[in-house]
Amino acid sequence: MIELKNITKIYKTGEVETIALKNVNLKINKGEFVAIMGPSGSGKSTLMHIIGLLDRPTSGEYFLEGVNVNKLDDDDLAKLRNKKIGFVFQAFYLLPRKNVLENVILPTIYSGLNSKLRIEKAKEALKASAFPENFIYHYPNQLSGGMMQRVAIARALVNDPEIILADEPTGNLDTKTGEIIMHTLQKLNFEKGITIVLITHEEYIAQHAEKIIKIRDGEIIAEEEVKNRKILYHNNEI
Amino acid sequence: MKFNDLLKESLSSLKSNKLRTGLTMLGIIIGVASVISMISLGEGSKVSIQQSIESLGSNNLIVFPGIVQPGRGFVASGRGSAEVLKIKDVEEIKKIENVSAVSPEVQRRFQIVSDIGNNINSTVLGIAPEFFQVRNIQIAEGDQITNENIRSFSKVAVLGSNVAKDLFGDIDPLGRKIRINNLSFRVIGVMQPKGSAGFVSYDDFILVPYTVMQKQLAGTEYFNSITVKVDSKENIEKVREEIEIRLTELHKVTEPDFSIFSQEDILTTLTSVINTFTIFLSFIAGISLIVGGIGIMNMMLTSVTERTREIGLRKAIGAKNKNILNQILLESVFITLIGGAVGIILGSCITIFVGKITNITIIISYKAILISILVSTSIGIIFGYYPAKKAANLDPIEALRYE
Repeated sequence: MIELKNITKIYKTGEVETIALKNVNLKINKGEFVAIMGPSGSGKSTLMHIIGLLDRPTSGEYFLEGVNVNKLDDDDLAKLRNKKIGFVFQAFYLLPRKNVLENVILPTIYSGLNSKLRIEKAKEALKASAFPENFIYHYPNQLSGGMMQRVAIARALVNDPEIILADEPTGNLDTKTGEIIMHTLQKLNFEKGITIVLITHEEYIAQHAEKIIKIRDGEIIAEEEVKNRKILYHNNEI
Repeated sequence: MKFNDLLKESLSSLKSNKLRTGLTMLGIIIGVASVISMISLGEGSKVSIQQSIESLGSNNLIVFPGIVQPGRGFVASGRGSAEVLKIKDVEEIKKIENVSAVSPEVQRRFQIVSDIGNNINSTVLGIAPEFFQVRNIQIAEGDQITNENIRSFSKVAVLGSNVAKDLFGDIDPLGRKIRINNLSFRVIGVMQPKGSAGFVSYDDFILVPYTVMQKQLAGTEYFNSITVKVDSKENIEKVREEIEIRLTELHKVTEPDFSIFSQEDILTTLTSVINTFTIFLSFIAGISLIVGGIGIMNMMLTSVTERTREIGLRKAIGAKNKNILNQILLESVFITLIGGAVGIILGSCITIFVGKITNITIIISYKAILISILVSTSIGIIFGYYPAKKAANLDPIEALRYE
């Protein structure tokens, strides 16, 4: 599904070169729930941006579903982000002048879905992210942090992506709300088979994943299965 | 992305800051309104001058004494200074083929007193009977000046409508006496009001037989001008050449010592003056349109900066560069389109209002409306393009991190 080969990313600020990623090799299979963990400045955000097609590597190759994305132009990347990838950010990034439903609809505008289908899909996505139905016409500033993050998850889900990239999704939330979000992510992973890549610096959050990839100073230092995985979602739940 | 959605996105961001959008739009409104009203008033005055000059009789040629310096035009000719046109010139012109009437004129300003004691200073015009035909002047009441009046040096006068009012008020002036330069004249007629025609208004004139004017009032044997009516438009140039040849011969000079104008010449001169003014004023109005455009650019730049994170997010969830570009561009085009439309309405209202209070003919120029729409839309595109391009080229990661 996701395959990185010798990915290196170097940032240039004037004369100074910063190496953010060094020869990273990584493979994430379809349906996996992977946590990328590392302290701040380790390059985990850069890695996420490259996986999420928001940035291009300085060298190395990235295959997404077997396609070498280095060769695609900006418009193709935008299309792939729109169809295949759903982003969940720490700061939610909801548009304040749009209500919940309109925020969730936003990605479908760029995929050209017709308006009737959009609302259907958006409501479906809100349901899947466990967002309370009677709040869908509220504006983001009327919602709690946990609810805003659920809107963001619904927005990530609305175009039926293959991958959800969650960048510190619980960073702005308290532990309990954070757990609800992790529950939702696990549920999406189990039920819909969506590949989930979770970026976090918290060990506790990372343990909700199947696999933890540890990164430090731009290099992957460990890749291990989670032994006592925290499972919040059970198959028998309704 | 569908156009419909693009429109909705653009509108929703414009609506989110109504005051700012409104103020920016105001710049365009004022610009378009002033361009429209300037051009409309210019076109209007052109038409009204054309109408009043044509109302003075068509297919006319006017012979003035003296030579007009090349390039100085009709208005600055300083006519009347030279004295070359006499009654024998009139007789000579009458012989020319295709000439239907010839009207010599001699004019002076005099003090005029009516027999009820009103006193004015006005222009007295010594004329021949052909004057009425050539200048297309009707008599409201009483009689015209006749050939008999000319021959017998009758001291009779026909009054312009304004002069009649000034001299006699509400009293019927027919048959009453007026004194022009201490000579007594009998009023035999009053002209129909005609309004101003370019620079002269016959409503302010007094007509007397030219013989009386020459011998007894002005003490001259010369005319100030000779107006020649040609039977049809096609013959005007031919007659003009013939007059030139014959009068030059008659005056025994090698170069003409007189000038011939057609009504078209006068019209062209006046129209060119108005055109210059219209262009000048529209140019100034156009500057305000450009200033309005700069206002749009300023607003769009601010708005793009404010929305950096939003643009970053839109790109992350799949907006292509051209989607962002189109959205921002459409916002600024929308401002100019709405501003342009309101400006056209406002400009037309101003024009109609000015027309009402000044009695100037007004023409809401469709050309001006079309130009305004085109110009303001292009301003929207030109001044919106840079902010839009800037937004479209934002790096999504940096945009998302923007504080």
